Amino acid sequence: MPTSMTDGIAKDETRPPTKKLTVGEEVAIKMVSVHKWFGEFHVLKDINLTVNRGERIVICGPSGSGKSTLIRCINRLEEHQKGKIIVNDVELTGNLKNIEIIRSEVGIVFQQFNLFPHLTALENCSLALIWVRNKPKVEAEEIAMKYLERVRIPEQAAKYPGQLSGGQQQRVAIARSLCMNPKVMLFDEPTSALDPEMIKEVLDVMVELAESGMTMLCVTHEMGFATAVANRVIFMDFGEIIEQNEPHEFFNNPQSDRTKLFLSQILQH
Amino acid sequence: MVDGAKTYEVGQHPEMAPPRSEVGVLGWVKHNLLSTPFNVVMTLLAIWFLWSVIPPLFEWIVLNSVWTAESRKECWDKMEVPEGAACWAFIKDRFGLFVYGFYPADLRWRVDLSFILLVIAIVPVLYDNMPGRKFGLLYAVAFPFITGWLLVGGFGLTPVETDQFGGIMLTLIIGVTGISFSLPIGILLALGRRSNMPVLRILCVTFIEFIRGVPLIALLFIASTMLNFFLPPGTVFDLLVRVLIMVTLFSAAYIAEVVRGGLQGIPSGQYEAADSLGLTYLKAHWLIILPQALKISIPGIVNTFIGLYKDTTLVLIIGMLDPLGVGRASLADAVWAGLAREVYLFIALFFFICCFSMSRYSLYLEKKLHTGH
Repeated sequence: MPTSMTDGIAKDETRPPTKKLTVGEEVAIKMVSVHKWFGEFHVLKDINLTVNRGERIVICGPSGSGKSTLIRCINRLEEHQKGKIIVNDVELTGNLKNIEIIRSEVGIVFQQFNLFPHLTALENCSLALIWVRNKPKVEAEEIAMKYLERVRIPEQAAKYPGQLSGGQQQRVAIARSLCMNPKVMLFDEPTSALDPEMIKEVLDVMVELAESGMTMLCVTHEMGFATAVANRVIFMDFGEIIEQNEPHEFFNNPQSDRTKLFLSQILQH
Repeated sequence: MVDGAKTYEVGQHPEMAPPRSEVGVLGWVKHNLLSTPFNVVMTLLAIWFLWSVIPPLFEWIVLNSVWTAESRKECWDKMEVPEGAACWAFIKDRFGLFVYGFYPADLRWRVDLSFILLVIAIVPVLYDNMPGRKFGLLYAVAFPFITGWLLVGGFGLTPVETDQFGGIMLTLIIGVTGISFSLPIGILLALGRRSNMPVLRILCVTFIEFIRGVPLIALLFIASTMLNFFLPPGTVFDLLVRVLIMVTLFSAAYIAEVVRGGLQGIPSGQYEAADSLGLTYLKAHWLIILPQALKISIPGIVNTFIGLYKDTTLVLIIGMLDPLGVGRASLADAVWAGLAREVYLFIALFFFICCFSMSRYSLYLEKKLHTGH
C-alpha cells in the first residue's frame, strides 16, 4: 500500500476514504517576517508562511503558543505590528478598504461558534449576503438554504442558536462563512468546545469542504483530521513556527525535541 | 421491590404523569402557601391582613363614596358618617383642570385629538406584528410635529401660550417627549463613550457625568432662570421647550449608562463574527450589537423611563401645573378644601396606571425577544 496522507496514526475508520487532493500553484496567503505584541508580550515572532491555493494546513501547538493569534491576523481580527501579510494579492495595512476586501474573501469559524443569538440559523447565514453583498432577501435566503443543506441541517433553518446543539451551531457557523463564498477558510479550534459525540459531525463537514478544494487553515488538535485531509502540519510554540511537514512525516518522524514532547503528550491517551 | 409494582425492561420505562399533589392548583397551594410551618403561619396572617384592610377600603372608595355634589359640605352631608367615605364629586368637578390645565375650554378638542393621535402613534411603535406597520412608524415620526402644531397653534389655528398647558396633558407632553428622544440620544452617548476616538469619548463621558452629578431640580431651575444668560438678549425661548430639553438630556445620560451596561454584556465574539463577515461599524451595531444590547438593557431602560415619567411632577417647582400642581391649587379652593386624600389618590392612580403599563410592556417585550432556553 502506497504511503498516502490517509495513512495516519490516528485514522478514523468510519470516515470515507479521502479523494486525492491537489494543491494549486497560485499563492493565497503570504506572511513575511510577521511580528506581533500584546502590550509587552511578544506573541508572534518572525512568522514566514506561504499558503498556496487549495492547501489544507493544520496548525497545532500548546496553548499560548500563538496559533490562534496567527490565523486571526490573517483577517485582521488582530493587528500585526511588523512584517507583511498578503491575502489574495491584497496587502493588510491600516487601509480600511483593504481590510473590508480581505474580510469578505476570508471566512472564519470560531471555537465558541459566535452565532448571532437573536437571529435564526437562516438569518445568521443570509445576513451578510443582504447587508454586505447587497443581495435581495429572497436570493440571499436561497443561497443560505443551499449551504445549510450542505452542512446537513436544512431542517433547523428556522431555529435560534439557543435551540441547537453545539455541533449544529458550529455547522451553522460554517455555513454562515461559506455563504460569502470565501477563497480561504480559517478554523480556530472549531471542535474544542464540543461534546465528544458532536465532534464527528463537524469534522465530516470540514473534510467535505477540504475535498471541494477549499484553502483551509485550521488550528486544531484533531490529529485524525490532520492526517486525513491536511497536506501540511505546522507546529508552533513560543510564538514561532518550530516545524512543518506533511502529516505522515510530521507524526512519524518529528524533528525537534519540542515537537516530540508535544506529540507524546497529546497522543499518549 | 415494592409489592405489586410493575417492572419494565431496561430502556422500556414509559413516561408517567407526576403525582396529583405536585401539579395544578393543589400543587401550587402546597408549594407556595403551605410548604413549611412558617409559611402556613404567614399565609394565615396574610389572609387576616387582607380581610381587615380590603373591605373598609372598598367601602371608603366605592360603596359609600359620593359622586355628585357642589361642595365639600354638600358631599359630607350626603354621607352617613361625615368624612367617612371618598368624595369623588370634587375630582369630577375639577376633571377638566386635571386633564387640560388652563387650556382654553373651546379649544380643548385639539388636546383630545392629540390624545387620539398619540395612541395611534404608539401602537405601531410598540407592536411589530401590526399590519401596515411601516406607515405607522412613518406617522409616528411625523406625530410630534402634527401634535406640536395642534397644541401650540399658529398656521391657521388659534395660538395657545404654553403656560396655559397643564395637568395630564403636560405630563404626557414632557413624558412622551423625554422618553422618545432620550433613548436615541442615550444610545449615541453610550456608543460614544465606548468609542476609540479620544475626543468623542471624553465629550460623552463629561456630558454623562455632569448631567448625572446634578439633581434634576437644579437642572430645571437652570432651565427656568439661567439659560437666558447664555442666549443672546431678546431671544424668546419658551419655558416648556427648555424643560423638555433638560428632561430629555437628563434621562439620556441615565439611558446611556444603562445601554453601556448592555453593550458590555455582549461577548467580544459577536463583534469578531460581525467584523469577519465584512459588516461595517454602523451595520454591525445596527444589526448585531444593539439588538442584543438593548434587549439586555430593557429592564434598566424601562426603569429609567418610569423614573423620568414620575419626575415630570418636579416641574411644579418652577411654576408649571402638572396634575400634582393642579391638585394643590384645587385644594386651596375654600369650597372644596379638606379633600386631600381624594386628590392624591386620584393622582397616584393616574401615575400608577401609566407606569404599571410600561412595566408590563417591558415584561412582554422581554418574553417576546427571548430566543434561547
